[in-house]
Amino acid sequence: MRAAARLVARADGRGGTTLVELRGETPLLLRQVPTRRGGVTVYVVGGAAGPLAGDDLRLHIEVGAGAAVRVHTVAASVALPGRPDATSRMLVRAVVAAGAALHWLPEQLVAAAGCAHVAESRISVADGGALSWRDELVCGRYGEEPGDAVVDTVVDHGGRPLLRQSLAVGPDAPGWAGPAVLGGAPATGSLLVLDPSRPAEPPLVTAGGTVARLPLAGGPATLWTATAPDAHTLRRHLTPPEAPLATA
Amino acid sequence: MRPETDHDESVPHTHPDPGVDPHTPLAPAGRALRVGIGGPVGSGKTALVAALCRAFAGELRLGVVTNDIYTTEDADFLKRAGVLDPARIRAVETGCCPHTAIRDDIGANLDAVDELAEAVGPLELMLVESGGDNLTATFSRGLVDRQIFVVDVAGGDKVPRKGGPGVTAADLLVINKTDLAPMVGADLSVMDRDARARRGDLPTMFLSIREDPTAGRVAAWIRHELSHHRAVAAVPVGPA
Amino acid sequence: MAAPSLLLLLADGRFPAGAHAHSGGLEAAVAARRVTDLATLAAFLRGRLATAGLVGATFAAAAHRAAPAADRRARLARLDTELDARTAAPALRAVSRRQGRALLRAGRTIWPHIPFADLPGAGGGPHQPLVLGLLGAAAGLDRTETALAAAYGTVTAAASAGVRLLGLDPYHVHALLVDLAGACDATARDAADAADGPPEDLPAVAAPLADIHAEVHATWEVRLFAS
Repeated sequence: MRAAARLVARADGRGGTTLVELRGETPLLLRQVPTRRGGVTVYVVGGAAGPLAGDDLRLHIEVGAGAAVRVHTVAASVALPGRPDATSRMLVRAVVAAGAALHWLPEQLVAAAGCAHVAESRISVADGGALSWRDELVCGRYGEEPGDAVVDTVVDHGGRPLLRQSLAVGPDAPGWAGPAVLGGAPATGSLLVLDPSRPAEPPLVTAGGTVARLPLAGGPATLWTATAPDAHTLRRHLTPPEAPLATA
Repeated sequence: MRPETDHDESVPHTHPDPGVDPHTPLAPAGRALRVGIGGPVGSGKTALVAALCRAFAGELRLGVVTNDIYTTEDADFLKRAGVLDPARIRAVETGCCPHTAIRDDIGANLDAVDELAEAVGPLELMLVESGGDNLTATFSRGLVDRQIFVVDVAGGDKVPRKGGPGVTAADLLVINKTDLAPMVGADLSVMDRDARARRGDLPTMFLSIREDPTAGRVAAWIRHELSHHRAVAAVPVGPA
Repeated sequence: MAAPSLLLLLADGRFPAGAHAHSGGLEAAVAARRVTDLATLAAFLRGRLATAGLVGATFAAAAHRAAPAADRRARLARLDTELDARTAAPALRAVSRRQGRALLRAGRTIWPHIPFADLPGAGGGPHQPLVLGLLGAAAGLDRTETALAAAYGTVTAAASAGVRLLGLDPYHVHALLVDLAGACDATARDAADAADGPPEDLPAVAAPLADIHAEVHATWEVRLFAS
């Protein structure tokens, strides 16, 4: 199954945000929901099970100057096996302008047994743009070993590299469950907060050596990285402080 | 009891042939004299460093690099005992191989030396303390200009006879804790005789920091080496 | 193989570039009781090779590729920021630059004719894989050999630290390294191939515990290893 979706947001000139484009196709459907204050909130509504190996899903997000967008998903996505030797892909491209804010806070990706999935994110934030970006991965459904999953996140800030990380789990990733990578934790993830109004926070390790707060080299950005015994604990570690939807 | 044959006259000492300087050439002009202080665990290296800090306080711009396991307690000790600002101390992690860090792979120590000079300005004397090791551990000439090897009487009066590169080749051998000799049954004259046999003309000094809290003769030896270092540094190199 | 002796020289743990003082995260993993014996050390080494090992080897290969380029300074500068972006933990960035400084010190003295002036990272020093890449190129190693020296170094440093920290039998630990040899060679080949790609697409394999362990380690009052 192939699907593409687009979300384009602009400032409405009255301090708010308007969606000038919002379209998707099954299983990548987008729904705007009412928001308390400036900015818009959009949910990605999964229109089918999956992704299944062989699926190719693409989402393009553009947030123009002065606009603010928050994106959630209604449920975890469960990467499942599909056609033999095929890989499922989910590619999110996002462009965030100066003075714009994008908060990408989806539900977890679950790598089910036998899956072959690649989740790619390519994000470009202009100088003066703000970003929260969460990636969460649960290795297998309850009591099962995961298939192969790669969560690959590339973020540029002001045209310079800010974050490149690719987490691989499953039979094709040597040592992934071992003490150098996840130490047997079935859930892992990271939350990147890039906020031009706040300097990066100093490094700190919490939660008994399972969560680290890491100031990045390439901008006013902090990465929280975590391993956890379950999805619920992981979410507690990777919930951003309530960020204002509009930076202006 | 002090042995009859003391080496006091060796500070300052003369060379057998005044025309030939047996020293390894000293460091290039303008940088601190680097003096290594090595020796077995518990021989009193840190206490000697503290004594020297005390001796040179207000006299020399001093820095210390230590390869020993270094706690904030140690820093406090040096700060209290030796009027040495913790900013003038750098600790080097040696990966459980203290001899490697001072002899075979000296980069981390050279880094620490450079960092200290960058952090606190030009220094005149840099003491590099080894981690506690055995009798075979010595400093590389790439790291230090002079080295002091510290053994103590409590380690037994056989230590000088055992030799090893520290005892035989260090520029100065310090036999420490002489105040304990009667208690441990060490015969200082035996140690002195064996040290002379092992070391030829190289100086050996007996020391009790309890009795001499500024390690006066060791400090005097360093002052002498430092004046030599400065004299070499002052000689113009090559055609003007 | 153009310069086999020089490959052995650069990969030798006795090469004076400070490797003996680095455990590659093992000291913290041992303290966290995540590595306790031969089996957990084996898993640690395998995971480290597939993550930091591949990334380091690729950047060494990419620097090797940049060495003869006309725009070498710009390429090295880009590799520097790309490697920073792949090293989320500030403690690991500092370690890479510290090791780079140590390798640079050795390289400058041993090979005085090799130019290093255009290496980026003036403040904390250049990233270690970039220095290794330039050294490998100047020593006449090919790109895969240079990547191999990098990959091999990431596992041998940690393995040797395992012997020292856990008192493991050195014969058994070397048997682990023999088991890993094929993976190490394959990592070097993958790294050499990947180095042809654009800098943003170079491997960025992450290891959450490597970041966490490094930051915990950096807070200790007493460390036996520098990393």
